[in-house]
Amino acid sequence: MFFVTALDNNIYFLLLSIVDMSSPLMYGTPSSRVEGTPRSGVGGTPARQRPDLGSIRKAPQVDLHSDADGAVASEQALGQKLVIWGTDVNVGTCKEKFQRFLQRFIDPTSNEDENAGLDLNEPLYMQKLEEISVVGEPVLNVNCSHVQSFDADLYRQLISYPQEVIPTFDMAVNELFFERFPDSILEHQIQVRPYNALKTRNMRSLNPEDIDQMITISGMVIRTSQLIPEMQEAFFQCQVCAFSTCVEVDRGRIAEPAVCRNCNTTHSLALIHNRSAFSDKQMIKVQESPDDMPAGQTPHTTIVYAHNDLVDKVQPGDRINITGIYRAVPMRENPRQSNVKSVYKTHIDVIHFRKTDEKRLHGLDEDSDQKLFTEERVQILKELASKPDVYDRLSSALAPSIYEHEDIKKGILLQLFGGTRKDFSQTGRGNFRAEVNILLCGDPGTSKSQLLQYVFNLVPRGQYTSGKGSSAVGLTAYVMKDPETKQLVLQTGALVLSDNGICCIDEFDKMSDSTRSVLHEVMEQQTLSIAKAGIICQLNARTSVLAAANPVESQWNPKKTTIENIQLPHTLLSRFDLIFLMLDPQDEAYDRRLAHHLVALYYQSEEQIEEEFLDMAVLKDYIAYARTYINPRLNEEASQALIEAYVDMRKIGSGRGMVSAYPRQLESLIRLAEAHAKVRFSDKVETIDVEEAKRLHREALKQSATDPRTGFVDISIITTGMSATARKRKEEVAQALKKMIQSKGKTPAMKYQQLFDDLRGQSEAAITKDMFEEALRALADEDYLTVTGKTVRLL
Amino acid sequence: MPSSHDWINKPLGVVEAMFAQSNSNPEWEAKVLEYFKGQLREKESHSWVPSLNDVPLHYLKPNSLVKFRCLVQDMFDPEFYMGVYETVDPSTKANVLRCGKYKDVTECGVDLNSRNTVTAERQTFYCVPIPGESPWAKESYGCSSQARVVPSTSYVPSRQKRSYEEDDDDMDTQPQKQREPHTEPHGNGDSKRQETEAPSSQTTAPSDCSSHLDLNFPLPGERGPACLVKVYEGLDSFKLNDTLEIYGILSVNPVLTVLGEEKDPSLLLLNPTESMETPEEQRAHDPPASLVPRLHMLYARPLQHNNPLLPSAPTEDQSAFVSSFLVEMASVRAELLAYLTHVLLGDGLAAEYLLLHLISNVYTRRDVLPLGKFTLNLSGCPLNSYTERLYQIVQQLVPCSYRLSMSLHTMNSMRLVPKKDYVANRLVSGALQLARNTSLFLDETQLEQGQLDSSGVRNITALGNLISWQKVDYDFSYHQMEFPCNINVLVTSEGRSLLPSDCQVPLQPQVTPPNMEEYLTTIHMAQFTSQINKFRVYLSLARTLDYSISDEVTKAVEDDFVDMRKDDPQSVTAEDLHRMLVVARLLSLSLGQTTLSRDGWMRAKHIDMLRRSRTEQQKSLNGNEP
Repeated sequence: MFFVTALDNNIYFLLLSIVDMSSPLMYGTPSSRVEGTPRSGVGGTPARQRPDLGSIRKAPQVDLHSDADGAVASEQALGQKLVIWGTDVNVGTCKEKFQRFLQRFIDPTSNEDENAGLDLNEPLYMQKLEEISVVGEPVLNVNCSHVQSFDADLYRQLISYPQEVIPTFDMAVNELFFERFPDSILEHQIQVRPYNALKTRNMRSLNPEDIDQMITISGMVIRTSQLIPEMQEAFFQCQVCAFSTCVEVDRGRIAEPAVCRNCNTTHSLALIHNRSAFSDKQMIKVQESPDDMPAGQTPHTTIVYAHNDLVDKVQPGDRINITGIYRAVPMRENPRQSNVKSVYKTHIDVIHFRKTDEKRLHGLDEDSDQKLFTEERVQILKELASKPDVYDRLSSALAPSIYEHEDIKKGILLQLFGGTRKDFSQTGRGNFRAEVNILLCGDPGTSKSQLLQYVFNLVPRGQYTSGKGSSAVGLTAYVMKDPETKQLVLQTGALVLSDNGICCIDEFDKMSDSTRSVLHEVMEQQTLSIAKAGIICQLNARTSVLAAANPVESQWNPKKTTIENIQLPHTLLSRFDLIFLMLDPQDEAYDRRLAHHLVALYYQSEEQIEEEFLDMAVLKDYIAYARTYINPRLNEEASQALIEAYVDMRKIGSGRGMVSAYPRQLESLIRLAEAHAKVRFSDKVETIDVEEAKRLHREALKQSATDPRTGFVDISIITTGMSATARKRKEEVAQALKKMIQSKGKTPAMKYQQLFDDLRGQSEAAITKDMFEEALRALADEDYLTVTGKTVRLL
Repeated sequence: MPSSHDWINKPLGVVEAMFAQSNSNPEWEAKVLEYFKGQLREKESHSWVPSLNDVPLHYLKPNSLVKFRCLVQDMFDPEFYMGVYETVDPSTKANVLRCGKYKDVTECGVDLNSRNTVTAERQTFYCVPIPGESPWAKESYGCSSQARVVPSTSYVPSRQKRSYEEDDDDMDTQPQKQREPHTEPHGNGDSKRQETEAPSSQTTAPSDCSSHLDLNFPLPGERGPACLVKVYEGLDSFKLNDTLEIYGILSVNPVLTVLGEEKDPSLLLLNPTESMETPEEQRAHDPPASLVPRLHMLYARPLQHNNPLLPSAPTEDQSAFVSSFLVEMASVRAELLAYLTHVLLGDGLAAEYLLLHLISNVYTRRDVLPLGKFTLNLSGCPLNSYTERLYQIVQQLVPCSYRLSMSLHTMNSMRLVPKKDYVANRLVSGALQLARNTSLFLDETQLEQGQLDSSGVRNITALGNLISWQKVDYDFSYHQMEFPCNINVLVTSEGRSLLPSDCQVPLQPQVTPPNMEEYLTTIHMAQFTSQINKFRVYLSLARTLDYSISDEVTKAVEDDFVDMRKDDPQSVTAEDLHRMLVVARLLSLSLGQTTLSRDGWMRAKHIDMLRRSRTEQQKSLNGNEP
């Protein structure tokens, strides 16, 4: 054991001796349990032990660093520069460096949500200290990447010797804090919690070299234990003379004093439980997140211990980033057995939790600090982006096994990139949807499912469900009672899980109406409201929907409109930006190309394919990069082009007395144009983007919103479920009926059947009963008449 | 007969000798692997190594080299162990450096504070025998083994166990009693035969013991040892569901069990590392070594197939074997086709399709699309145990198979999809966790009307996914994970199956034997073993052949497709072309041709036409479709 004594303000000596607990010179190191007064204004604030750093601190560590510096250290111990045993950390320098860091570090480009509301041009951590003095929560979270950019050497020490360096940091910060805010009252001294160690790795890459180092790993919580009270200090009292003594827990054991120091009685000391010191502890099992796992292997799990206030911070199912110290403990020696199992138990003592999905509530894009690209990779991607035909290249790289349907692939490509997220919540309009929704309908067997499967496999946060098998609950969220804790837990469904991703819904038409109705909210407001079992909340579900539907009559009927063919409510249809028909074109040239494509599929070797198409991994990275870093804005010309496009669309219809575009369509156009700009890695939406958006939108419209009776494109088929011509005819019938009734003179009541027959006789066009009833209803709406049973009364 | 080999009997001696020579130069590890690999490369040497598959555990010497033919069922977390450690002799106080690799326990007196300790990493795989391995394959592997099994010392206690059994089970033990006099003089080479035969009557014993311990076999009613394999090298090269032949050092140290069971509750509070594991987890990860032995892997060979009749390693041997068999291919095919025609009650077309199905194989994946799969739906199967018989015949032909009787009860109650059990921290296996090229025989004739509950629906969906995408979504409770597979699915049904399939063939029996059982049994008996063996080799070999299509034929196929569409675009769709290309491929391979010829294409088209006319005929007979 060693401890640090302050002889002078700058020089600390390191003594290899037994810690004397009553020493007034103890200075906030983790082993200090003294409720005494550390010097320099730390005041009466008690130090709190940090089991996260030192619960097994005195265990002979599994040694991985050579002990060369140890030898050097002991020699140097006589000199000025003193370092902690086994490390190259000099307490004084380290403390000074950290204080300098706290006082000076400025990060003007910070975009972390924790820093919201702080002045980015002032020293960041000083503001945080101020916050602590106001809020009174004595925890200072320090981003390791900040430390690294400020002082690489300090960072290296922090990573390599966290157990020694963090207490030094604690010391430094407390000194600084109480200097600044001498009057603050804190529950205990400030503890430094570093996070985001750049040695961030996935669980799989942990290896023996990481033992006792600070690491950050990401994963998903799968199990949490009950709270375990862990004894930190045992309190013994002599049964004879009532002399009491404290014994620290060492390596999970208490050395019971055999002899009372006061009265020299042997075996007279008894453990007094309620005067012993305990700390909270919780065991948490974390599993590798499915995203960073190699295919074909099972996920690894790691045991994590949370201490004190970190207990119960996370729930099973949470995705978290953990910063902590990786430990390996030899299996307990058994006195009865001479040979032991040669396996170590490993775990992580957690210092800091960071929930990755918590930010979903804050509305910040979380990919920004997660997905890191290497320089070369970015170079490759940029090179690709600079090619003039990048759009076509990418779209043909999408699901190469599916033949043609170029426009559909382009649509899906734009969906993968998505628009720019805009926030109008200040003006009361809330968020604008940036996600593009696409519906594919068409004959069975036109590889719709395959396309969906491909997209699902391409995006990191994809969900695939089938309309047949999913319920509203499976899509949204459900409340589950945890069998262990009896606690209600909100389990999220496919739509919430695919937040920031794509939710692929196959057999959309087979979905029950109640299930489909939850999509209304998701597809426009991008949120999901839940009121179940006492839990009321609104979750973000910023998901793009890619749905596939089959026609009702199993074959697409070209004589009917989209609505009639797939029988989906038009309220839902209008929320799709693009609706594509996948039909069998039935022409010879197409057949030939199709055949060639399919045969090639069966004999081409892997290499040939790779030459022709982009690698799926490149495509993935390309999309991820664009989604993260590119936020295009409309430039002047593009906005003009959009306005023109919209006006043109409205004009088409106005000539025939119908509306062919609504603001929703304009929004769609903007989204598509933005997505196209993203494909080009361009920060500006230009006219070419608008042109392509227009073209694609028109293509989709041409396919899905053509009125089969007139052959014109008619958006109202999708927005109201009825083409304008059909509506016009309805009005005509109603007018004819009215005229007829008026011509009959003052008859207050008429027979229903007779009226119908009269109308049929009068009109030259065939009038069905449905049309007649609709006309009656229209007139009833005008308060012209009422229908009761079989009689029609005028009002 | 080989004389005793140290590298088989005392592999740890070899390892330690090399370690001692190395002077902590880390190269010794590679040397060890090289040495064992070299030994095993020698002709026939691998057959001298006793196999865990056919020798019961208590006949094997602890710390000897054994092999195990298995499937990786689960992968546990990596563990750190003392690769090198120092012991202190209590009497002389001398420090000795020791090697901890390939061992579960350390020697006495470990100096935990030693600076020379080297921590190393290894991973544990939970391995089970290949699920659904046909009895003939097991038997044939067992016979080819030349291992001399000398009963170990643990043989004596096992004798006591047997006599204990005699008390409560008279019937079963009767034959054992008779054999006992033979087995008595153990230790001689002569006794080898009897010794290795003994397990067949003994297998009831382990299954009795293990009833309280779930060994997690994918298929119900499976037997055999499960094994915890400690893997030291090339961790990334192994995948879940790989089939491997593992050579390793057997460890059955009873200490392992004692350490696991001993739990002092008073220590729990103070020793947090112990309280981490739930009893379930402990049971799953540290089962008694007598039931689940540990195997320290020295060398693992991925198995391309588990057909004992084929040379296993891709060596010159094999290519010679293949080329010699290619000559025979056509004639064997004809015989097999005749045999299958008999089995399928004289239906030649169905027999042709069944043959193609049996050699199908997912040879590659184009993004999500598996290529080469050929799921066959045999509809119109006669009821009353015909399908059962049919399965038995298929089982005789392929090395791995499983019949899933799709009755309402099994669909609702059976676990098909593996599921992660977070309490025990292991992957609970399901019937769809199968090795590659396993024949899955789905018997839909067993399905009756009734209610499928939610797990039933999930099971049906899982089967549908398996057939359409050749993947199984393992249930990890918080998310699903997709594992690609390569399973030949054959569905027998009365009408069209409710599951998707690549191709449906309605069975048209030409003969109606009065007694189906007898009919099929006679057909089966009429085949000589040598004949059946030829069929087995044929089926396994045909699926390993390479295949290509020339440009010329490509053109012809394209023309053909365009022509067909010209007449009636509805008649041929892209899906049909997909299927015909697969049929053409399998047809060529079944004849031993590795390129598609124009004739091959025409034949494929022809049989597909025949099949389609049959299905249409049936549709019009049923009258429920336009």
